[in-house]
Amino acid sequence: MFTELNSILNTSPESFTPGEFILLSDRQSDASFLIHHFLSFYLKARCKVCFVALVQSFSHYHAVSQRLGVSLTQAKEKGQLIFLEGLKESLSVFLPQEENAGHQAMSFLRDPAAGLRSLYEFVQSSVVESSGGGGASAEQWGPPVLLMDDVSVLLSLGVRVGAVLDFSHYCRTTVCSQLQGNVVMLVRCDGEAEEDDADDEGSEQLMRGLTHQSCLTLHVQGLPTGYCRDIHGQVEFCWKKRQSDGQHAPKKVFQFKVHDKGVSFFARGTSRAVL
Amino acid sequence: MAAPVKSMDKPPAEFSPLNFTSFQKKSRTKSLSIPGTRPSVQNGQLLVSSGVTSLDYLLGGGLAVGTVLLIEEDRYDSFSRMIFKYFLAEGVVCRHELFVAAAQDDPDDILQELPAPILDDVAIHRPGEQPRMSCEPQDTLDAMKIAWRYQNLPKVQSALASSSRFGHYYDVSKTMEPEIRQAAKWHRFYHPEHPPLSSGTHSPKLESYSALLKSLRDVIQREGFDLTAPLPKSRNILRVGLHSLGSALWGDDLCCYNNPKNVHALTSFLYGLRALLRTSLSVAVVTVPSHLIQDRALMGSITRLCDNAIALESFKGSERETNPLYKDYHGLLHVRQVPRLNCLASHLPDHKDLAFKLKRKQFTIERLHLPPDLSETVSRVSKGELAGAATAAAACSSATSSAKHLDF
Repeated sequence: MFTELNSILNTSPESFTPGEFILLSDRQSDASFLIHHFLSFYLKARCKVCFVALVQSFSHYHAVSQRLGVSLTQAKEKGQLIFLEGLKESLSVFLPQEENAGHQAMSFLRDPAAGLRSLYEFVQSSVVESSGGGGASAEQWGPPVLLMDDVSVLLSLGVRVGAVLDFSHYCRTTVCSQLQGNVVMLVRCDGEAEEDDADDEGSEQLMRGLTHQSCLTLHVQGLPTGYCRDIHGQVEFCWKKRQSDGQHAPKKVFQFKVHDKGVSFFARGTSRAVL
Repeated sequence: MAAPVKSMDKPPAEFSPLNFTSFQKKSRTKSLSIPGTRPSVQNGQLLVSSGVTSLDYLLGGGLAVGTVLLIEEDRYDSFSRMIFKYFLAEGVVCRHELFVAAAQDDPDDILQELPAPILDDVAIHRPGEQPRMSCEPQDTLDAMKIAWRYQNLPKVQSALASSSRFGHYYDVSKTMEPEIRQAAKWHRFYHPEHPPLSSGTHSPKLESYSALLKSLRDVIQREGFDLTAPLPKSRNILRVGLHSLGSALWGDDLCCYNNPKNVHALTSFLYGLRALLRTSLSVAVVTVPSHLIQDRALMGSITRLCDNAIALESFKGSERETNPLYKDYHGLLHVRQVPRLNCLASHLPDHKDLAFKLKRKQFTIERLHLPPDLSETVSRVSKGELAGAATAAAACSSATSSAKHLDF
């Protein structure tokens, strides 16, 4: 959890807006540090977290979270975190072996064109059981949160853009509207900005669709002036219109640098390297 | 200098950054037991050498175990093939096990072409010393007579190298001796030997890739590289080399059409490969003929499913070959992606302007720099005029005429 980012977003683990759909996107840069932020943020906020990790292993997230002061194994044991390791589960679908049938959630890989129904059912079961029954469990957790890293990898696995958008809409309805929880998704775009036009059926279209659904977008991109060792890129924060005060929050742009244990954000042109 | 006193009487040749302090990080003994590996300075990740010292430096010390290095081939696949063979040769010398898969050449032939290691060099080499460049005259370090001020400055080294030694050097003009080669344990996958099974259960996947993934999984499980299985007595590293994935010889049509039928075959395979490697003691190098793939977005998603990605752009056959700016190099090297594994901040290279060249015996990656301009004519005149204009603007009007003769 990066405190600087919390102050930019005007939120804290004690008080955050429920019912939001937050989209993280990147282009020619890497926004995965934001996933780490939101993972530790919601674990510290005592939410029930369902994390669908598609591109990295559990040990990776565990190692990074430990540096950020959160233990994923403990959270898992306490029942706060439900972790779906997409890489591991996919292997049992790609290379079926007799003894294990594999996790149901990743069974969409057998026929990706059919849609993500199995994955949605997994998400639904894991968030609903937390808020509904489960009175026998020792601790009560806050509103449910769904985190997904790199949704665009689903496209590489053969899922259609429409199916991913349907999936995200279902998740939004269940988690944000019905249960007043939050959804955070990461989508990654390829190279060159908007130069190729409408025929691009892929991550570009997915990002546009998800941006339309989201309440808050954090868009990470490389510096327009090129590669720099001391500034890793810039983040654009876009809020959609809020119902409460009825006014547009301004768009903010910050540059950032990722360190070993955190990220520093600064206004454009005020990096320590150039001042 | 913060060096302890007792280390001052050592000969300066043995100085290395490691000797400056007596404080040593406690390292886990478990990870050190495999020959040819070392833990990363940054995140404790287990690293192996890629066989090219300068490439190791570029990748932050080496290839992390459990990751995939993607090499985008140059147009004639000559230099990417060389890195591929370096990677395998390093495995043979370190006694790692190999898994070689190819569709074009027989893996046996690839193994016979491995470069010869320069093994006597290893014995002489001291850890603190910079790797010796073959073109560098070694005995010119006499006391300077005129420019004595510059005598103590370190030599400019454009080749990328780290201070400590990791990996071996190879002589690409010779091939490896058969007895060294035969000592290595290796597994092969030659695509023409695996006829398609016509099962058609996985729609987005190709039979060739499924068979390859299955064969790799079998090797990993049988030979005890699987980390989820109980520990065998001794651990070793499996080096996986997959040559020219995505080419038409694998039965893939990525390179043939604008809208290929099997768009997701290669990406699904790479996803499965990543899943397989993350739970095993293995490291992979994959080459892809990216210049044949029309769809840049597809190439982007292929890159993102690998961990490291570099692209080679050879000057061979392009007009850059005759450009005097590039006369020292054989091509440009682009770093497309750096791995982000078990840490928040990844290792970033100092520059992205890199070039590679093949010397008589050795392949190196260097910072791209322009050759010194030794001609008397073109550029100097313009610089002189520029300087003159600048001084005139600064109202030193009396000096403008004489400033024309100066270079600064």
